[in-house]
Amino acid sequence: MEPTQNSFLSEVVQASGEKLQACYQCQKCSAGCPVAYAMDILPNQVIRHIQYDHRERVLSSKTIWICASCYTCSVRCPNNIDIAKIMDTLRNIAIRSGVKPGEKDIPLFHSVFLDAIKSKGRIHELSLILQFKTKTRDFLKDAALGWKMYRKGKIKLFPSKFGGGKEIQEIFNSFEKREAK
Amino acid sequence: MTEVSYYPGCSLHGTAREYDESIRGVADLLHIGLHELEDWTCCGASSAHCTSEELAIELAARNLAIAEKSNRELLVPCVACYSRFKAVEMELKEGSRKIRFPYQGNVPIRYSLDFFCNGTILEEVKKKRTKPLSGLKVVCYYGCLTVRPPKVTGIKEYENPQHMDHLMECLGAEPIPWSYKTDCCGASLVMTRTDIVRRLGQRILSMAKEAEADCLVTGCPMCQANLDTRQEELEKEAGERYDLPILYFTELMGLALGHKDVRKWLGRHITDPMKVLKGKGLM
Ligand code: SF4
Ligand code: SF4
Repeated sequence: MEPTQNSFLSEVVQASGEKLQACYQCQKCSAGCPVAYAMDILPNQVIRHIQYDHRERVLSSKTIWICASCYTCSVRCPNNIDIAKIMDTLRNIAIRSGVKPGEKDIPLFHSVFLDAIKSKGRIHELSLILQFKTKTRDFLKDAALGWKMYRKGKIKLFPSKFGGGKEIQEIFNSFEKREAK
Repeated sequence: MTEVSYYPGCSLHGTAREYDESIRGVADLLHIGLHELEDWTCCGASSAHCTSEELAIELAARNLAIAEKSNRELLVPCVACYSRFKAVEMELKEGSRKIRFPYQGNVPIRYSLDFFCNGTILEEVKKKRTKPLSGLKVVCYYGCLTVRPPKVTGIKEYENPQHMDHLMECLGAEPIPWSYKTDCCGASLVMTRTDIVRRLGQRILSMAKEAEADCLVTGCPMCQANLDTRQEELEKEAGERYDLPILYFTELMGLALGHKDVRKWLGRHITDPMKVLKGKGLM
């Protein structure tokens, strides 16, 4: 199957560097996937949908967000297709094209996480969690566990100082410029 | 004295504090000098690579460029950071992308477990061992990124890795074969799809129990946090009692080498390891 120009297939092939045309639907990827049970389309079906140019179906799926990037599929594919990498590519494209994601909280978490790096350079776990909970309005979940961890000295109250803020800003500036294109 | 650069990463400054402390402690006993990278920043973790490949590469590369200023190897204890750094290295080899930072790809990037499983260090450990972990049955839990994908990790036996098991033998412990060594615990979804993470965690813990392990050993701060801090919650849901300490391999190294701070490290765990270790006469 040769990708036609400007097709979704060619976009994914080019961005991931993976020859997913080689897939012969053996389903080994899905058989070993630890989170397949929670997906709306299985990893092998994702590949098939891409081949058929079903852009919306793939980009708005739950699957691309539920994939835990464990690489079990990638190491087992008889055609050497790095499916985990393709999942990354799909998430990248989905975010850039502003498609409504099939899972709400997961992409939200990633954006809160990146905001935290942008402002502090490092992840301060407590601030990250509070920030995320502010967005999901779910303060009670894990509150008791948080207190236990605090008492064991596992929760740092204040972020550490960091240098390199200017470089981090530059990295994010050019990322935001690319995304805006 | 071996001197290496050290990139602790964000979680070792927080929830995985005892991992950081035990690595520093063990390095000290083995005369390995750790030099924490100056002004290191977050590697970007999964959020960066899920969002934009370029962003992920640049956030990681900034740290490698700092590391390259010295000729030392870079020791990386968090497997997520390690995996991001190796991705930059591969990207550079493929030469398809220009990277903002002056990084040439000359930093040997070493994941902590691989670093400590090196032959010379193992010999040294056997020589210096003051308290062999006799009778301690452990399951080695490698998780995902310590072994996969092999083009990144260089681990040949990625379906049934043995290096941590071998390290445990050198400490005098008894590693038990089991089939969940490299299964995913779902840690990246811990804040967002706790239901999935619970299911994966329950399976791992219950298989470890079935293998009759006294404790589970890992080198991944996400797996550790996930299986340790949520264990009670998992037990309640599954209606099963695990009571399985989740230890860092460096904590067990510290114990066998007689480090004075072991009690402090182990005191930070939510699932208390003391009972098991006392029962074996190790504490
Ligand atoms: S394992 Fe590879 S060839 Fe088989 S269905 Fe999955 S992607 Fe296709
Ligand atoms: S990388 Fe994603 S799709 Fe592949 S096996 Fe793991 S969770 Fe499933």
